[in-house]
Amino acid sequence: MSATSILLQFLNGLAGASALFLVAAGLSLIFGVTRIVNFAHGSLVMLGMYLAVALSEVVGFWWALPCAALAVAGLGALIESVLLRRLYRAPELLQLLATFALVLIIRDYALWQWGPEDLLGPRAPGMAGAVTIIGQPFPAYDLFLIAVGPAVLGALWLLLTRTRWGTLVRAATQDREMASALGVNQRLQFTSVFALGALLAGLGGALQLPREPATLKVDLAVVSDAFVVVVVGGLGSLPGAFVAALLIAEVKAFCIALGYSKLTLVVEFLIMALVLVLRPWGLMGRMPAPARGPAALEPPLAAPSPRVLAGLCTLLAALALVPLATTGFTLVLLTDMLVFALFAVSLHFISGPAGLHSFGHAAYFGLGAYGAGILALRIGAPMELSLATAPLLAGGGALLFGWFCVRLSGIYLAMLTLAFAQIAWSVAFQWDAVTGGSNGLIGIWPAPWLASKAAYFWLVLALACAAIALLWRALHSPFGYALRAARDSPLRADAIGIDARALQWAAFTVAGLFAGIAGALHAFSKGSISPESMAVARSVDGLVMVLLGGIQTLTGPLWGAALFTWLQDALARGFDYWRAAIGCVILALVLALPGGLGSLGGLLKRQGRA
Amino acid sequence: MLEVRALAAGYGRAQVLFGFDLALRAGELVALLGRNGAGKSTTLKALMGLVPPAAGEVHFRGERIDRLAPWRIARLGLAYVPEERRIFTDLSVTENLEVGRLPRREGAVHWTAQRLFELFPNLGRMRDRRGGSMSGGEQQMLSIARSLMGNPLALLLDEPSEGLAPVIVDAMAGAVLELKREGLCVLLTEQNLRFARRVADRACILETGQLRHQGAMSALDADPALRERYLAA
Ligand SMILES: Nc1ncnc2c1ncn2[C@@H]1O[C@H](COP(=O)(O)OP(=O)(O)OP(=O)(O)O)[C@@H](O)[C@H]1O
Ligand SMILES: [Mg+2]
Repeated sequence: MSATSILLQFLNGLAGASALFLVAAGLSLIFGVTRIVNFAHGSLVMLGMYLAVALSEVVGFWWALPCAALAVAGLGALIESVLLRRLYRAPELLQLLATFALVLIIRDYALWQWGPEDLLGPRAPGMAGAVTIIGQPFPAYDLFLIAVGPAVLGALWLLLTRTRWGTLVRAATQDREMASALGVNQRLQFTSVFALGALLAGLGGALQLPREPATLKVDLAVVSDAFVVVVVGGLGSLPGAFVAALLIAEVKAFCIALGYSKLTLVVEFLIMALVLVLRPWGLMGRMPAPARGPAALEPPLAAPSPRVLAGLCTLLAALALVPLATTGFTLVLLTDMLVFALFAVSLHFISGPAGLHSFGHAAYFGLGAYGAGILALRIGAPMELSLATAPLLAGGGALLFGWFCVRLSGIYLAMLTLAFAQIAWSVAFQWDAVTGGSNGLIGIWPAPWLASKAAYFWLVLALACAAIALLWRALHSPFGYALRAARDSPLRADAIGIDARALQWAAFTVAGLFAGIAGALHAFSKGSISPESMAVARSVDGLVMVLLGGIQTLTGPLWGAALFTWLQDALARGFDYWRAAIGCVILALVLALPGGLGSLGGLLKRQGRA
Repeated sequence: MLEVRALAAGYGRAQVLFGFDLALRAGELVALLGRNGAGKSTTLKALMGLVPPAAGEVHFRGERIDRLAPWRIARLGLAYVPEERRIFTDLSVTENLEVGRLPRREGAVHWTAQRLFELFPNLGRMRDRRGGSMSGGEQQMLSIARSLMGNPLALLLDEPSEGLAPVIVDAMAGAVLELKREGLCVLLTEQNLRFARRVADRACILETGQLRHQGAMSALDADPALRERYLAA
């Protein structure tokens, strides 16, 4: 590589960093003040792109940039004031769920409005050509982009340090309750911060147009990039986000230049994992102040009452009889529901009682599924052996990743789990020889004695129920009590000799192992696996199931998994906009039943008494 | 000015305040006394809307405020200085004051940063200092000054003398008396009886979330048995 091409790659990286910084800065601002992790931030970026394409036909590219950004800002203000405002007192995971519902709705809106094809953006008038840098052509527009990043950083810095609005924002970022007690108008503040964050997202999207087309897939991809930048830079630190965006964009640019373009899918997550392990609060972040005020005092998780147990046993018996009545489609759906119920219960095991919110639980589901597929297809192991061994692979993965993850907490932990899941995903996506790459593996069928749908259903029923019962049993053993003690009061738990980290590590591993069972069962029931089975979306599906069911309830994840699987199936057949429909159902549930489906019983009981 | 009826509040399932009445007249300085954990801080937080009252009513200048968000209560002219001070550590002294600034209010003293620097001369000498690098006493003064920037009609002051050196406690008492002279109505909690005696007109004694005694500060002064019963550690 010559010095010139190194310089050009460096400039290329700088250009890529600008848009990334804008998006991450918006995410960071919103999180700082409202404490909402805005999953829909990538969707706002996507809208910015599409709107800029549409608007540039009317007003031309340069005017389309601010117009698209302002339109997205307006939408952000609307989202905050209509939806999120109702959720500020809700548990943070519920807020996350609501923003994820927005992802689904916005994605389908864009699909409806602009269709499934990528939209090619216009060239920037006046900057469509190239300039010559040391004898090499370099796109003029990219030079403009390079200037945008520092310009926006400077503008934000002035806004935050030189205006009253900025002072109030910095105060609220540090202690919003105190700011409120001093009379800072929180409604106005939250709405305006959200609008500014959305503006930056929209602008970040629109600015990318001459470099890449507007596409529907951008939403989750961009938001995970932005999360990485924010976490690497340190939550709430704009200079940190700037440095992190530079670092990541540069490393990516050089990966491509050196011919390791496959690495770009994971390299940012590797950087994040590295940074979080070495500097848990990010490059320029500070350790968060210990949570103030009452951690929502959660009622202890009750063991199922005899009545609930009797109900569950009846349900089990009824399920066991289903194959006698039908072996058609219902049975396939029920098999899926059972598999995902186990997946959701294993996620609930760590995110509820252990308090470790994992955004990457699909990694272990996927490891189980791929483990089973690889053993069966590549090594030719019998199905029984594959099914028994694959979960160990998932458990091993969880043991390895978990060691890093339990060193962190809260949002940092969530991001690290996401990073590991992304790494696992990109290995599956790219290792063609073993995992089949993007096509995945096909032809993973159960042993002959389980070949009928009914027999396999019984196997799944037996294994899933046994596994779920085991997990529940563990929650009400001394292990489970110690786990909850460590979640609720780390200091006191430590004082009575509970080694919180070791416990959480063990819980993480166990949860991974059980997710692996679900994954292996899933592989054999479908006959195939694709990298989708461990993508971010699958991890989020799991969270949605747990939260729909109610994270503070024991049986909730069962109902959440069943409802979600059924909804996805019923809507996906014959309705193009099923994602939006699921999004609306989630929003309705979040607003009406903040405790999840599992709280419905208690709610009805209380109303009955009243 | 401030009227509390049957106030009950707590954290989650743990109830802390068990329904009591309390009233403050304009210009009055009342000390809320009681042992550790009696619920003094919780009372102030409940009045400010930081801990939503579970039952009872709070009226401030004739307006019902127990359902309002803290910032709305603050904008009606009730100010709050928390026990932990809660200075914005990343912000300078001037910026901390700026956060507390609210529009001029009819019938209340109009505070400016300049006037507050006269009341707390120490602060005037460190306008650009970051809140995080100030001493405990300086933070306490800043916290009070910051609340005054809202031109309040009444002030809730949680343990103003806690953790301060005797000289600073003296200065603090002087400042509180000065505020009283300006006509501010103050409800403060104290563990330090000497401090309370110096500044308060009236004493209210809380025990396990209930009001056990109310009366003139001088009456408490003259009654060692009462002090023994509710206040001795
Ligand atoms: N954030 C909280 N979450 C749960 N319980 C709390 C919280 N803050 C206080 N408590 C409990 O409420 C009760 C009253 O506390 P409060 O702080 O009001 O007492 P206090 O009279 O101010 O005591 P001190 O003199 O120590 O400041 C105590 O039993 C305390 O443990
Ligand atoms: Mg107190």
